[in-house]
Amino acid sequence: MGIVTLIISAMLVSNVVLVRFLGICPFLGVSKKINNALGLGLATMFVVFFSSLLSYGLYHGVLKPLGLEFLSLVSFILIIASFVQFVEMFLKKFIPSLYKSLGIYLPLITTNCIVLAIVLESIGNNYSFLETIVYSLSVSGGFLLVLIIFSVIRERVESSNRVPQAFKGIAIALIITSLMTMAFFGFQGLV
Amino acid sequence: MKQKLNIFISGAFTNNPVFILLLGLCSILATSNTFSSALGMGLAVTIVLIMTNLIISLLRKIIPNEIRIPVYIIIIASTVTIVEMLMKAYTPELTIALGVYLQLIVVNCIIMARAEVFASKNNPLDSLIDGLGTGIGYILSILVLSLIREILGTGSLTFVNPFTNVTVFSWTIFDARYAISLMVDNTGAFLILGLLLAAINGITMIISSRKKRKKEVLNAKGEQG
Repeated sequence: MGIVTLIISAMLVSNVVLVRFLGICPFLGVSKKINNALGLGLATMFVVFFSSLLSYGLYHGVLKPLGLEFLSLVSFILIIASFVQFVEMFLKKFIPSLYKSLGIYLPLITTNCIVLAIVLESIGNNYSFLETIVYSLSVSGGFLLVLIIFSVIRERVESSNRVPQAFKGIAIALIITSLMTMAFFGFQGLV
Repeated sequence: MKQKLNIFISGAFTNNPVFILLLGLCSILATSNTFSSALGMGLAVTIVLIMTNLIISLLRKIIPNEIRIPVYIIIIASTVTIVEMLMKAYTPELTIALGVYLQLIVVNCIIMARAEVFASKNNPLDSLIDGLGTGIGYILSILVLSLIREILGTGSLTFVNPFTNVTVFSWTIFDARYAISLMVDNTGAFLILGLLLAAINGITMIISSRKKRKKEVLNAKGEQG
């Protein structure tokens, strides 16, 4: 698969939130304000990029030569959890201002299914090193894109008082998401 | 006995993990497109939940408080690996249908939440019941969603036995020509879940406003008397 096709299909055609249903919790939870959405999206991109690189090295350098593929799930989640912990400690010590603005979202990334899914999939699809880099960046870029679009819509909906009482909060957010999904079906023919 | 029943009911209904606490939505949305895969996913999550709750509760006095989260993650990931291997061996078709979502049970918030909130503080028997109750709550929610989606989306309801891959039943409810195929797609998943949550909100609001009115009537009577 060409690199450009890979980027388009990972970012738009099979968008991680709208088409593959991954990362719904942070998508619904942290999309009330555009600043928070941007912060979470960028933090996720950063963690996804480095943990897929580390997992690639671990899988092809250690697990596969030793025939320990069945341990991959346990070791990947350990890599992600410890990397998030490391980033948190690093930011706290050296860039406290960024830590303050991202602080709350960082620990949440460990349980964000996008990270684990990207790692598992780039290993499962037997991607090369370059493809792993491109895949991880474009999938998490797709997450950032949809998160920003959604937070802009949602900010407006939250401020209007025309939403029926029973639909307030998550219910209307899910219905907006379903409409966005319909729009994203339009990308289906691109690849 | 009554206390044990309360733990079960709280897990399954009053604190339903999906409809009330809004946890684990990813797997609910992704695997509810057919009744068979929804049931398979529900059972897999329940088994993992019962096992992790039991193990964590047994080890709760040994696990140091500072590193409890990584320890829980390793316990959960190992349990999921065991369940995944068993399912690959005995239910290969279902494993393919569930895809990456089976391994993603590791990061399902429901399991982590029950480990942190319940199993780390209660005895093994209570934790087992809590795991079972929460698992049943998860199965009920995913089945409701998948029933609506499959019936509206295909006009029929089929169930395939995952062990033998034989169709157990296949009922046609209305002609497939009138089916809304959108419902089986992603759009339908978000839409139906949104409408269900709105319905639950609406019902809770009506019940609470009735209770309030009753109280007001009683208070008014009390003042008169």
